[in-house]
Amino acid sequence: MRSIPHAFLLIYLFLGIAFGFVLTKSEVVSWFRIQEMFHFQSFRMYGIIGSAIATAALSIALLKRLRIKSASGELISIPRKDLGSGIRYAAGGTIFGLGWALTGACPGPLFALIGDGIPVMTVAVVSALAGTWIYGMLRPILPH
Amino acid sequence: MIRLLSESWPWYIAGPLIGLFVPALLVAGNKVFGISSNLRHICAAIVPSKVEFFRYDWKDAGLWNLVFLLGVLLGGFAASHIGSQHDIAISSATQATLSHLGLHDLSGIAPREIFSWQALFTVRGLVSIVAGGFLVGFGTAFAGGCTSGHAISGLANVELPSLIAVFGFFSGGLAATYFILPYLL
Repeated sequence: MRSIPHAFLLIYLFLGIAFGFVLTKSEVVSWFRIQEMFHFQSFRMYGIIGSAIATAALSIALLKRLRIKSASGELISIPRKDLGSGIRYAAGGTIFGLGWALTGACPGPLFALIGDGIPVMTVAVVSALAGTWIYGMLRPILPH
Repeated sequence: MIRLLSESWPWYIAGPLIGLFVPALLVAGNKVFGISSNLRHICAAIVPSKVEFFRYDWKDAGLWNLVFLLGVLLGGFAASHIGSQHDIAISSATQATLSHLGLHDLSGIAPREIFSWQALFTVRGLVSIVAGGFLVGFGTAFAGGCTSGHAISGLANVELPSLIAVFGFFSGGLAATYFILPYLL
């Protein structure tokens, strides 16, 4: 992998700020909205996720079709994920899903919420780091 | 346009905006949009260890993403100070459901009865914040992605692993919602 000139890091910082802003204003970070979603009591979250995927899919197809190069000079391509036995995706996904409903947040929103003025979410972040670390330790014996 | 700063954003504006971060990061540096790998990068950076999973050049692989994540935090801060702040207008059905579950304060972005320093040492606070956080960290590491990496980037790139992961996300989320939260709250 190429190392990154510092100017590029500013771009990622600004994109991140924009993303955190959008996540908050769209209320995707709200435990209330996640509950509304899991109770199927509003179309809103499904509309957001669905239109996000559609927009991303269209964009990816366009970028590939036009053989666009990134600002860093590489031809844009997305490495495909290895399916393996599929177990990691089913099991890991389910475990994450439990946490998603309990915290009302996935990793991005966990950080956005700290910025949004819910500092107790730093505890959730530390706990998430512990979870990631325990996974790393257990990885050699887990099915993938 | 100005109205967007004082109102909650409709799904057909929020969704496409979120989706646009996929091509934005690809064009910026051929980076795949996906937040959860940051948890791995942070572990690799701060925990000196012999664990294989964390032995890689996290600066090379993930500095861009860690900076992006810092931005997410700052963006949240900005959003909570710019434009009007209002309660989340969840459906009346959800309000009723949550009241039945035992939540009385439906104001703010997340229920203070669960997500506050005071609530942290209650059972519902500990489970939601500590256990919940742990499950997010373990699950995303095991699955190799979260809603951004799998649901958005992965599905947009038509990847079967991500479809399986998303089924998992919803299975787990529904299980917690229907079988854990009613007893927890």
